[in-house]
Amino acid sequence: MTTLLIAEHDHETLKDSTNKALTAASQLGGDVHVLVAGGGQGTKAAAEAAAKLAGVTKVLVAEGPAYEHDLAEPLAALIVALAPNYDAFVAPATSRFKNVMPRVAALLDVMQVSEIIKVVAPDTYERPIYAGNAIQTVKSKDAKKVITVRTSTFAAAGEGGSAAIENAASAADPGLSSFVGEEVAKSDRPELTSAKIIVSGGRAMQSRENFAKYIEPLADKLGAGVGASRAAVDAGYAPNDWQVGQTGKVVAPELYVAVGISGAIQHLAGMKDSKVIVAINKDEDAPIFQVADYGLVADLYQAVPELTEALGKLGK
Amino acid sequence: MKVLVPVKRVVDYNVKVRVKSDGTGVELANVKMSMNPFDEIAVEEALRLKEAGKATEVVVVSIGPAQASETIRTALAMGADRGILVKAEGNVEPLAVAKILKAVVDAEQPGLVILGKQAIDDDSNQTGQMLAALLGWSQATFASKLEVEGSDFKVTREVDGGLQTIKLKGPAIVTTDLRLNEPRYASLPNIMKAKKKPIDDKSVADYGVDVTPRLEVLKTAEPAGRKAGVKVKDVAELVNKLKTEAGVL
Ligand SMILES: Cc1cc2nc3c(=O)[nH]c(=O)nc-3n(C[C@H](O)[C@H](O)[C@H](O)COP(=O)(O)OP(=O)(O)OC[C@H]3O[C@@H](n4cnc5c(N)ncnc54)[C@H](O)[C@@H]3O)c2cc1C
Ligand SMILES: Cc1cc2nc3c(=O)[nH]c(=O)nc-3n(C[C@H](O)[C@H](O)[C@H](O)COP(=O)(O)OP(=O)(O)OC[C@H]3O[C@@H](n4cnc5c(N)ncnc54)[C@H](O)[C@@H]3O)c2cc1C
Repeated sequence: MTTLLIAEHDHETLKDSTNKALTAASQLGGDVHVLVAGGGQGTKAAAEAAAKLAGVTKVLVAEGPAYEHDLAEPLAALIVALAPNYDAFVAPATSRFKNVMPRVAALLDVMQVSEIIKVVAPDTYERPIYAGNAIQTVKSKDAKKVITVRTSTFAAAGEGGSAAIENAASAADPGLSSFVGEEVAKSDRPELTSAKIIVSGGRAMQSRENFAKYIEPLADKLGAGVGASRAAVDAGYAPNDWQVGQTGKVVAPELYVAVGISGAIQHLAGMKDSKVIVAINKDEDAPIFQVADYGLVADLYQAVPELTEALGKLGK
Repeated sequence: MKVLVPVKRVVDYNVKVRVKSDGTGVELANVKMSMNPFDEIAVEEALRLKEAGKATEVVVVSIGPAQASETIRTALAMGADRGILVKAEGNVEPLAVAKILKAVVDAEQPGLVILGKQAIDDDSNQTGQMLAALLGWSQATFASKLEVEGSDFKVTREVDGGLQTIKLKGPAIVTTDLRLNEPRYASLPNIMKAKKKPIDDKSVADYGVDVTPRLEVLKTAEPAGRKAGVKVKDVAELVNKLKTEAGVL
């Protein structure tokens, strides 16, 4: 059996979600090849990084303008062109692969298994349903498996390999969509899905300015990533890519600090596997306290600056 | 341009589902069912296109048990023109749903299909992309803005790093994200009017699609629980606990 892992990268560096999905791919038991498809020079660097990952036996590179902007149709066509050589296709459940992999699955006439959290056997996996309120064990009867991996539940594979790098056979671009533009915020903070600590703000923040004044300084003291509830994103207090939850990003940091977040099922679905949860909320009955290891019933506008200052005194 | 909107009947988002004690699934008897919230957003977007003179007709389709006709009625009360119910019992996987939708598209010839990005019960996030693949159409998932440009579309998508805007050749598939719009509530007169709107009754057999599941559900279990911890009295105690007890500072 041979598995093709499709790498997540930013056209320069390989993303840690690739290392995590590799752990799941290796657990399927066969050889693991990695496909790095991207636009521009950086693709090579990402491929070289992939070749060093422990357990990878071959890296395929596809470089070209069609792969520069994560359009679904050309990348799906490429993966399908490579399909005869593979028994399983694995990718991290990032927005890029949530977009592409079901397209691949349908073209191969197989059912995708979405966001697995455990490999039970090469054809059997666990996946959460109903916002994580139930865990299903499913067995795929399809000859080829198409799987996306919830990266928050797999450890990152390390280095130690030295795989050969080859060019992937090319596939025609169906030419159905084209890139117009993007708004990607550059930030020095860790990305949500790989951050060890996350500070999130909810509706109680009241404005984007308050996020900047209260949440961000606390996050920076902790070297943390910044998250938000849906309510905060809908109200425009935080950008969409900060949303944590069932329909946003799923995270499992060492420490998650929820500030002014009530703890709706949909929010909990995105953070309840965090190692330590802290909640700051002025309502002592807020559901978030039912999952918090440490709860502080307080007005955030007092407690958060105090906490930021106390951490400063600790030399943070 | 005709717009097709697939709508799914799901457990209401306010319900916390319980796993059956025998591990065969979740308890669905007597729980409140509603239209998948992302599909409400899809219906709303289609209606706005019609109101802006960009769409001529909004057709909703649901695949599911007889009660899925209630979900179709909800969409009709919001303002959709007519419905199609494809009756199916039991578990119909996204691939099979996509195949049935393809047959509906072949018959209806819409210029645009708007789906939810994910159904909040099964959380698969697949159906739209699969339908696009089967039709050989362009796709834009996780849309937060949709513009019609002749028979083509310009769509802004919510992606991990922020926002991306792409152009699609029509006909196309779009799936909705939360920020696309705020769906309207159906007014009482419109709920009454919806009762007279037509719903076409179909069955899976009419489309000749094999819906045999490809995934076998071996068991459904309760996730590992999380216990409530302690309440701290002030910031100083919190910092102390994080440092000495939790060891995360
Ligand atoms: C289809 C669908 C998908 C969804 N997906 C997501 C998702 O992915 N992620 C997500 O987060 N939500 C999601 N939601 C929304 C979810 O149901 C909740 O509405 C949302 O999480 C609430 O956000 P919140 O906790 O910030 O706001 P609220 O529920 O309004 O809570 C605000 C909290 O702040 C506290 N507070 C107010 N003032 C202060 C103060 N001065 N100091 C301290 N505390 C204060 C209040 O006591 C309250 O508990 C989804 C909903 C639907 C229908
Ligand atoms: C009676 C019944 C019983 C079920 N029992 C189970 C069960 O025991 N276990 C289980 O895992 N699943 C069950 N399901 C769910 C089913 O197996 C599929 O998972 C589901 O139809 C498609 O997956 P999804 O909703 O997660 O798709 P997604 O890809 O997340 O859905 C995205 C979008 O596709 C469209 N769509 C999806 N399904 C339909 C539909 N049926 N009709 C119209 N549009 C649709 C909607 O626009 C939706 O927003 C059941 C469904 C029904 C109707």
